[in-house]
Amino acid sequence: MRALWTAILQFLRVVTATPVGRIALGICVACAVLAVFAPWLAPFDPMQKHYDGAGKLLRIADPSFKHWLGTTSLGRDVLSQMIWGVRPAMLVGLVVALGSAVIGANIGLLAGYFGGRSDNLLMRFTDIVMGVPFLPFVIVMLSVFGKDLGSLMLAMTLIMWRASARIVRAQVLSLKQMPFVAAARITGASDLAILYREIAPNIVPLAMVNMAFALAWAITTEASIGFLGFGDPNVISWGSIIYDAFASQAMYRAPWWVAPPGFAIMLLVSAVYLVGREYERVINPRLAGP
Amino acid sequence: MTVFILQRLWFMVITLFVMATVMFLLFRLLPGDPTATVISSALQPEAQAALRASFGLDKPLWQQYLNYMVNMAQLDFGFSFHTSRPVAEMIGGRLLNTLALLLPSLVAAYLVGALIGAFIAWRRGGWLDTVCVVLATALQSAPVFWVGMMAILFFSLKLDLFPVGHIITPGREMLPGLAGYLDADVLHHLALPFLVTFSYQLCFPLLLMRTSMLSTIGEDFIDLARMKGLSERKVMLRHAMRNALLPLATTLPMLLGWAVAGSVVIETVFSWPGLGQLMVSAVERNDYPVVQACFLLSAFLTVMGTFVADLLYGLLDPRIVYE
Repeated sequence: MRALWTAILQFLRVVTATPVGRIALGICVACAVLAVFAPWLAPFDPMQKHYDGAGKLLRIADPSFKHWLGTTSLGRDVLSQMIWGVRPAMLVGLVVALGSAVIGANIGLLAGYFGGRSDNLLMRFTDIVMGVPFLPFVIVMLSVFGKDLGSLMLAMTLIMWRASARIVRAQVLSLKQMPFVAAARITGASDLAILYREIAPNIVPLAMVNMAFALAWAITTEASIGFLGFGDPNVISWGSIIYDAFASQAMYRAPWWVAPPGFAIMLLVSAVYLVGREYERVINPRLAGP
Repeated sequence: MTVFILQRLWFMVITLFVMATVMFLLFRLLPGDPTATVISSALQPEAQAALRASFGLDKPLWQQYLNYMVNMAQLDFGFSFHTSRPVAEMIGGRLLNTLALLLPSLVAAYLVGALIGAFIAWRRGGWLDTVCVVLATALQSAPVFWVGMMAILFFSLKLDLFPVGHIITPGREMLPGLAGYLDADVLHHLALPFLVTFSYQLCFPLLLMRTSMLSTIGEDFIDLARMKGLSERKVMLRHAMRNALLPLATTLPMLLGWAVAGSVVIETVFSWPGLGQLMVSAVERNDYPVVQACFLLSAFLTVMGTFVADLLYGLLDPRIVYE
C-alpha cells in the first residue's frame, strides 16, 4: 500500500514537471470531474425530446443559444449527450485498465519469480491470448453475453492483461537477481513475502505506465463498440452518438452533431497517452532525450 | 532455424485449436438455445427436430465437438443461418477484400513511418519534430471510424474526388481473383479507405521509430561512425536506422492486431465488403456460424503476423540464436 502511495506521489511530481504533462493531466482531471457531475452540469436530460414553439420536434436543429451543439434527429440536445458520454468512457477505461493491470502484474510476477514449469505454462497461455484478435473477440463476447457495460468490461479485461504480464515478467526476471532479494531470503522471508513485499513495489511504476496505455486503448475500443452499434442501449456514449449520426444518415448534413464526440475522444485519448509518455521517463530516463 | 520454424508453426496450430475450442464452448454451452433464432418455436416439434438434426445438434456434445473440429480442420465452417449458403464460400472473397485494404497500407505505413520517425529523431527538438509528434499523437488517438467519416465529408462530398463507399460502382461486376483489384473503378473506390487506413497505421511505427532512434543515437558506435568521417546521411541510414528498426519488428504483431481492429470499423464506415463488415452484420443477425468463422479467420491473421514478426526479428538481429 505504501509503495502505491509513493508511486502516486512520484507520478504527480513527474507528470506535472513539464507543460505538456500539466495540460494532459488537466484534461484527464477535467473529464473525470465532468463524468462525476454530469447530471448537474448537463443543461438538459440527454434523452429529452425538444420541440419548437409550434410544437414540432426539433430535428437536427442548427446550434443555437439554447442548444449549443444543436439537436439530434430525435430532437435531443447534443451537448447534454456529450457531457453524459464522458461517463462510460471513463468508467470502462478505468475499470478495464485497473483490472488488466492487476491480473497482468500478478501473472507476470508469478511467472517471472517461480520460473521453470509454472513460467512456461503461464507464458504459453499468455502467448495464446496474444493471438486473440481484440475487437472481434469483444464483439463475439457481446453477441453471446448481451450488450451491456458489464460484458464489455469483462471481455476487454479478459484480453488486455496480456501486454503487462509480459513486460512485468521481464522486469521480475532481472529484479530477482538483485542483492536485496538474496538479503530477504537470508532473513528467512517466504517466497510470497519476497514476491509481494520486496519485488512487487518495484514494478508498480512499470505497471502504471502500462495502465495509461491500456486506458487509452480501452477508451478507443469502447467508442468503437458504441459506433458499431453494440453498445449498451441504455447508455449514451461518444461512440453511440457517432453511431446515431451515422445510422440516421444525417451526419453529412450536421457536422456539429458528429464532429464533437470525435474531437472529445481524440482529446481524452491523447491526454491519457501523453500522461503515460511523461510518466514513462521514470522507468526509462533516456527517453527524455538530450 | 528449421526446428525453430517448425516449433512456431506447431504453436500456431495449438493456439488456433484453443481458440476454436473456446468458440465452440461459448456458442454451445450458453444458457438459452443459440438455434432459437433460426428454429422457430412455432414449427411442429417433428419439423424442429428435423432442423436440429440437419445442423447436427441432436448428437451428444462431445460428438458435436469432434465433428466441429474435423470440419474446422478442413476449413468447412458449416452453413450460414441467414443465407443457408456455405460459410466458407461467403468468406473467401471477403478475406481477399480485407487483405487488399490491410496489407498494402500496413507495408506502406511501416516504410514511411520508419523513415519519417528516423528523420525527425535525427533533427530532434526542431519545429518539424514537434509538429510531427503532435500530429501523430492526435491522429493515433482519433477514433479511426470518425476520421473516415470526416474524410468522406471532405474529400467525397465537398471536393467530390472519391466515391462515398463500396468497392465498385453499383451495377458493375468485379473480375474474380486478384485481377479484380487492378480495375480502375475498384482502385478509385479503394483510394480513400486506403488513405484512412494508412494514416491510422502510420502513427504507431513513426512514434516508435523516433523513440528507438533517440536511444540509438546515444550509442558509442554512432560516435565511431561519425569519427570515421562518414556523411551524416550514411550514419543515419546505415548505422542508426538499422539498429533502431528492431523494436519495430517485435511490435509488428501488436500493430497487426490494431490493424485488424481498425479494419472492422473502417470497413463499416466505407461499406467495404470485407471480413470485418461481414462479421458486424452477422452479429446483428445472430448468424453464429458466420461470426465464428470471421473470428477464427481474424485470429489466423493475427497469429500469422506474430509468426512473420518472429522470423523478421531473427533476420534483422543476427545476435538472436534460435534454440
